[in-house]
Amino acid sequence: MLSKRIIPCLDVKDGRTVKGVNFVDLKDAGDPVELAWQYAQQGADELVFLDITATHERRKTMIEMVKSVARQLNIPFTIGGGITTIQDAEALLNAGADKISINSAAVKNPALIEELANAFGVQFVVVAVDTKLVEGKNRVHLNGGRLITELETEDWIRQAENRGAGEILLTSMDHDGTKQGFDCGLLNTITQMINIPVIASGGAGTVEHFIEVFEKTGVDAALAASVFHFGEIPIPDLKQKLKYHNIPVRL
Amino acid sequence: MIGIVNYGAGNIFSLTSALERQHLNYGMVNTEADLDKYTHIIIPGVGHAGAAMKKLEQTGLVGPIKALKKPVLGICVGMQLLTDHSEEGDARLMGIFPLKTRLFDKNQGIKIPHMGWNNIEHKNNPLFDGVANETQFYFVHSYFIEYNPIFDIATANYGTPFSAAIQKDNFYGVQFHPEKSGTAGELLLKNFSTLTP
Repeated sequence: MLSKRIIPCLDVKDGRTVKGVNFVDLKDAGDPVELAWQYAQQGADELVFLDITATHERRKTMIEMVKSVARQLNIPFTIGGGITTIQDAEALLNAGADKISINSAAVKNPALIEELANAFGVQFVVVAVDTKLVEGKNRVHLNGGRLITELETEDWIRQAENRGAGEILLTSMDHDGTKQGFDCGLLNTITQMINIPVIASGGAGTVEHFIEVFEKTGVDAALAASVFHFGEIPIPDLKQKLKYHNIPVRL
Repeated sequence: MIGIVNYGAGNIFSLTSALERQHLNYGMVNTEADLDKYTHIIIPGVGHAGAAMKKLEQTGLVGPIKALKKPVLGICVGMQLLTDHSEEGDARLMGIFPLKTRLFDKNQGIKIPHMGWNNIEHKNNPLFDGVANETQFYFVHSYFIEYNPIFDIATANYGTPFSAAIQKDNFYGVQFHPEKSGTAGELLLKNFSTLTP
């Protein structure tokens, strides 16, 4: 049976891992390569590295860091941040990234999803969507939540799937950093609507939040940062508790 | 020493990193003559099977690979290339295994691609020496090789049972990514390196 995945997210800036509360107020949480290796030892199923400043400051994700990670890591990982062209993606693929995650670049140029899927396969293309509830509607936001768009989240995700996204990484900006639980309502709507894997992101604070998101929605994976980085939820404990609740996990 | 078929369809860096972690020596196969330099051959591959087959054909290596008597391991799309045909791009493939590579059926209520860790049931083939049954490996694919009891050496289930690994004579294929499957995947690569023809 396919396991539900637990994915620590390492937000990277200047080669160091950081995690913001609601994407502001950054805190240093360590060296990405070392953290990655530790997470693999602990039983993380996959890792996501997001260069959170990349879009804002137009910087490319660090190829050398990706290579260092790929040399050490024996589980898959995704790289996001600042990827706007086929060439960006190809450099990351060649450096050992299993998937790339695109966000703003896809909103600005939706055809990029198709180009990437055609060049490297749908399995390589994760479309990350930051969503926030504005006047009763889920609206896509860009630049780490700084910029609202015209797009409604459900419509954009459906379009991303049709264009060749292999996976959706959905972050609720209303929940992110609050540690009050995932946005199960929206995640449930999205997983019923599309036929590609969905990663839940934003709001993890306790083990119960992970149990809840897997029991109440059809998500395939749950992503979190600070609860893992600061050791608040050890991954082996989390997986044991998920298993106890009959949620399929890799132990 | 392991030769990796270098035909431009895949994430070779992850594979070579995994081999290095296991202290396994390797080199690249670019021409027919290179095949003689190595005792074991790996055909990697991600992406589109039809496109990958075209690239492999352009290297002129299809005939020489089919004639090999030394252990050959296809990984993911590299495994699919060993079959007769893929529904991906309606492509005719190498035809070493009389099997078809088919698209998962979303009407079975499954998400496509099949992405993540899934358990396998293996049949004690030397490739899986020391690997416990029901061990999980990392899969990421939309197309699968139909289950066939003659060639199947490990089975996984995703809506339908499919071959996680196949063998025919000196030819082996694994649908999962051993280079991304934790210690079990690394053990499998090590096992492959010790197979005798």
